[in-house]
Amino acid sequence: MSQLALVIDLNVCVGCHACVTNCKEWNTSGSAGALSDDNPYSKDPTGTFFNRVQTYEVGTFPKTETVHFPKSCLHCEDPPCVPVCPTGASYKREEDGIVLVDYDKCIGCRYCSWACPYGAREIDEHQKVMKKCTLCVDRIYDENLPEAERKPACVLACPTSARLFGDVHDPDSEVSVAIREQGGYQLMPEWGTKPSNHYLPRRKNHVSYKKDELERVDNPLKKEDYQVDSTEPSLDDVTSW
Amino acid sequence: MQADQHRETDSTDHIEVKNTTCYMCACRCGIRVTLKNGEVRYIQGNPDHPLNKGVICAKGSSGIMKQYSPARLTKPMRRRKGAERGDNDFEEISWDEAFDMMAERLREIRATDPKKFALFTGRDQMQALTGLFAKQFGTPNYAAHGGFCSVNMAAGMIYTIGGSFWEFGGPDLERSKLFIMFGTAEDHHSNPLKMQLSEFKRNGGRFISINPIRSGYSAIADEWVPIKPGTDGALILAIINEIIQQGLYDRDFLIQYTNSAELVNTDQASNEEGLFVRQGEAKIDDSCVDAQNKLWWDRHANGVVKTHTEDADPYLLGDFQLDDGTPVKPAFQLLVDRVKDYTPEWASSITGISVETIKQLAHEMGITARDQKIELPIPWTDSWGKDHESVTGNPVSFHAMRGLAAHSNGFHSIRSLSILMTILGTIDRPGGFRHKAPFPRPIPPCAKTPKGSEGVQPNTPLAGMALGWPAEPNDLFVDDEGKPVRLDKGFSWEYPLSVHGLMHNAITNAWRGDPYKIDTLMIFMANMAWNSSMNTVSVRDMLKDKDENGDYKIPNIFVCDAFESEMVAFADLVLPDTTYLERHDVMSMLDRPISEYDGPVDSVRIPVLPPKGDSRPFQETIIELGSRLGLPAFVKEDGTRKFRDYPDFVVNYETEKGSGIGFLAGWRGKAGEKFMKGEPNPNQWEMYEKNNCVYQYHLPKSYQYMRNFNEGYLQWSRKHRLTRFAEPITIHVYSEVLQKFRLAAQGKLAGKQPPDHLRKRVETYFDPLPMYYVPLESQLTDTQKYPLNAVTQRPMAMYHSWDSQNAWLRQIHAHNYLHVNPVTAQANGISDDDWIWVESMHGKVRCQCRVSEAVEPGTVWTWNAIGKASGAWGLDKKANESQRGFLLNHLISEELPEHEDGDHISNSDPITGQAAWYDVRVRIYKTDDNEPAQTSPQFKTHKHTPGTPKRKPKWQAFFAGLGKFKGDNK
Repeated sequence: MSQLALVIDLNVCVGCHACVTNCKEWNTSGSAGALSDDNPYSKDPTGTFFNRVQTYEVGTFPKTETVHFPKSCLHCEDPPCVPVCPTGASYKREEDGIVLVDYDKCIGCRYCSWACPYGAREIDEHQKVMKKCTLCVDRIYDENLPEAERKPACVLACPTSARLFGDVHDPDSEVSVAIREQGGYQLMPEWGTKPSNHYLPRRKNHVSYKKDELERVDNPLKKEDYQVDSTEPSLDDVTSW
Repeated sequence: MQADQHRETDSTDHIEVKNTTCYMCACRCGIRVTLKNGEVRYIQGNPDHPLNKGVICAKGSSGIMKQYSPARLTKPMRRRKGAERGDNDFEEISWDEAFDMMAERLREIRATDPKKFALFTGRDQMQALTGLFAKQFGTPNYAAHGGFCSVNMAAGMIYTIGGSFWEFGGPDLERSKLFIMFGTAEDHHSNPLKMQLSEFKRNGGRFISINPIRSGYSAIADEWVPIKPGTDGALILAIINEIIQQGLYDRDFLIQYTNSAELVNTDQASNEEGLFVRQGEAKIDDSCVDAQNKLWWDRHANGVVKTHTEDADPYLLGDFQLDDGTPVKPAFQLLVDRVKDYTPEWASSITGISVETIKQLAHEMGITARDQKIELPIPWTDSWGKDHESVTGNPVSFHAMRGLAAHSNGFHSIRSLSILMTILGTIDRPGGFRHKAPFPRPIPPCAKTPKGSEGVQPNTPLAGMALGWPAEPNDLFVDDEGKPVRLDKGFSWEYPLSVHGLMHNAITNAWRGDPYKIDTLMIFMANMAWNSSMNTVSVRDMLKDKDENGDYKIPNIFVCDAFESEMVAFADLVLPDTTYLERHDVMSMLDRPISEYDGPVDSVRIPVLPPKGDSRPFQETIIELGSRLGLPAFVKEDGTRKFRDYPDFVVNYETEKGSGIGFLAGWRGKAGEKFMKGEPNPNQWEMYEKNNCVYQYHLPKSYQYMRNFNEGYLQWSRKHRLTRFAEPITIHVYSEVLQKFRLAAQGKLAGKQPPDHLRKRVETYFDPLPMYYVPLESQLTDTQKYPLNAVTQRPMAMYHSWDSQNAWLRQIHAHNYLHVNPVTAQANGISDDDWIWVESMHGKVRCQCRVSEAVEPGTVWTWNAIGKASGAWGLDKKANESQRGFLLNHLISEELPEHEDGDHISNSDPITGQAAWYDVRVRIYKTDDNEPAQTSPQFKTHKHTPGTPKRKPKWQAFFAGLGKFKGDNK
């Protein structure tokens, strides 16, 4: 059985928010839209986003790391949001593992958002339904789109290609290879939710040269043996034995 | 999801897909816009575009909210009779009335004294047109934003290597192994740099960020080296010193392709001191050709030979005497003498970086360049006729922008960086720095301004360019007394190489009447009453200040913008511009094209939507004005209008009659069979439209590298009229251009002389060798009282002030904090979220503190241009931007305190006039308990702008194709 998911490479994410707003622009006019905005031109603007980037600092100056962390629904294999839903609006698709909300059944009771340990769900205050990432289910199977574009909007937009998309149950998929080879990990595995989305950790290249590499027989300074002025005093002038 | 929401697939919907070019920042990515029933459904990166290859950023993805923002200007407007500038109190007028007003005013100015009209533009990407208009009008008072942006980057690099970062060149991260980025550079280049950085890291490259702050790209650096602002030059000079000490420089590259081995006259008594010694006549006598009649000291002959003599082996170091007794040294020896005292120990005390780290950086660069060489099997021929079987690369690359540039010592820091890149042998080689057409250009490029006030005449085009590249003191644009001809004092002895002008001083100078008063100031897309000015509070006062007769000191202000910015409020006449989705534009080879490393590329915008309301592209305004005023380039010989509109102009305009050079390089010639040069093609726009709005030319492989001295490339470049000459562009490790200004200041060079009070300034800073000095503002500040450096960084989701009217982007950045290291915060009794004062010797700002471990303790910083004036940009008066957002600009003066160079010297680099934004010194302290939790200063709320909605929605939900937003926006 397939499990579609995102694998997010924190090693290259620069926190530019392309995924955040491209998700919003695709989905606001798509099958999960519209995504509302409150106080759009006034105090404390806020709105429904399926994907957000948080930025953390780790360590103490000067050993500081700044980590940009994009976060959206993780499409858990055992999603706690599904069993708590009183109307069956929250469901996990058999065929591809995507977790979705049926707005026709959703009563906006928010049980699912309380159950989600990742804070991935956002209530639409105006439509009174719970919303979240759909992995762009209205793109990825759309045969009207060129095949290369049948991917979530965030994946297509990402300038650093930090977002990989594919089937994490297929051991040969790009995402499975990345998880396996680059130490992909899940968020809070102790909750037993088995999130499908994974993160790839930072990887560092350290200084690699050796001190003795500074010395070379072909050091160009050796070419600058310019002539010594013969009028300068020399030992030969003052030594007579 | 709801069944009834699947409206997207309704068969009655009208879906269109159109390509154009983004303009949510200056990056110019290709975009594909899907329209649904005439509304923008989706803006995505164009996968077939060479610049962004399908990706798009947060800003580009939010173009919909720019397009449908309620802050859009839709009507031409005149300041209401009796209303004051700054009140934003306007009445609608027709375009006819607007043009009549402008034409009447401008016709009179042009007939009397054209310099009384000043045209300054923001980050407009249409300098080819605006510059042409100013030149045709005959005013010298034209510039775009470069002087307050990054002119030090352009000048420092172009005067050294004949090319520069961003539009004109950059790091070859595809092949680089080690990449070093100095300072903030998030917005230039944006998407291409992000794409290349991730590819570079995935290929195992090592990325070092040298920056006081770890944000943005620095976050993914393998190593972060925190540095004190304004001290990068000291670090780079110490690295140069260490690389030379260790013999890690590329000797062959320095000898063959730079002036390092060329002999300099070192006779202090001579008027030719510091100039290269020459033998024989120059083949081409032109100040933009580096004549090949200079000398080396050959080891075999133990005497002088002409440079590039076959089999000669010149010394780089030494001290020699010509037959006539003239003492000479190779330029490289002078560099060694210069950097001798710039030791890692010296630099450590200035930069705050350990000696060990400085040496490590130098060793890493040098060893990587030397031992990880790339050899590409690409044959090429150099300018001296020597054939090479391959191209060699030393894979160390660099990038920097405003972080280095926006200091008063930035020119020399950037020249130092260019020299570091040169001694590592990385210029236009694989894995190093690569040029982009039309660069490399001569050092300096050929374009020049008029040389005196006689270049400005009534009813006559300017006798030269408004902006040029001085090669010697006689190229300065000064009158017979040595005083500036330009309003901003560009190309005068105060800022001789101000190649992008000094827009940041234009308003202050016009207000003061120094060097003279003007009549009309026209501003396009530059927020000079807010984030684009230093000393914002005073500049706003100047804009509305009156003389003893009750008349405004700047009599007329015309502003063209698409949104209700702070500057619009100060206009007498407002011209509503279109958005980028509503107009034709060109990213021209005559301005700043989008060329790639492997050849020239230019591109266009083609409208995907009609203009909103009565808005009109600024280009059309310029064409209309040019035609009405009868400017020669815009009318036929009989004085009638020559071009129907801007698209017609783009196709048919030629730089000279029959020159075949126009705004667009692609598909020229009657049938589109030519490029770069060729007669106008009536179907040129259609060809661009069919080809993703891009024309791309791939140079033959053998022309893609070593272009400063690549005979094939230089001949190609000359043939296609990118350059006038095909002579080699030798890299200026030693700058004879600078030395000539110094000699003039010393009274040793005949011709134009600086005024006496500026002789010392010119002599000091026009050093032919790279140097470090403490930024001017710091020299004049009590740094005990104001110990901290304050700088801004660029958020990746907001471009300057451009998108606070954008409902999505302002949710990412609605207000800003001052970021402070916890040690510094604690020492000042400040905690996270506290309201604090940040104060410089020029002013103070109240804002909120954000404690951060990602900033060095001597620096405080904030995001640039997030704060807004109350009521501007279509925002409610309670909006975070005005209540919790702030500008650092209030702390920064456009002029230095009175000192020996004068009492109104610009707060700028003394060589280029680059605005020294990042030099300001501050202190911070907690506010009193009884103070409001609100930023200070505050400004009177803008009145409602005619042509914009009176009431803003409490909420909205955009769903394309329905013709209106859902929500409470009746």
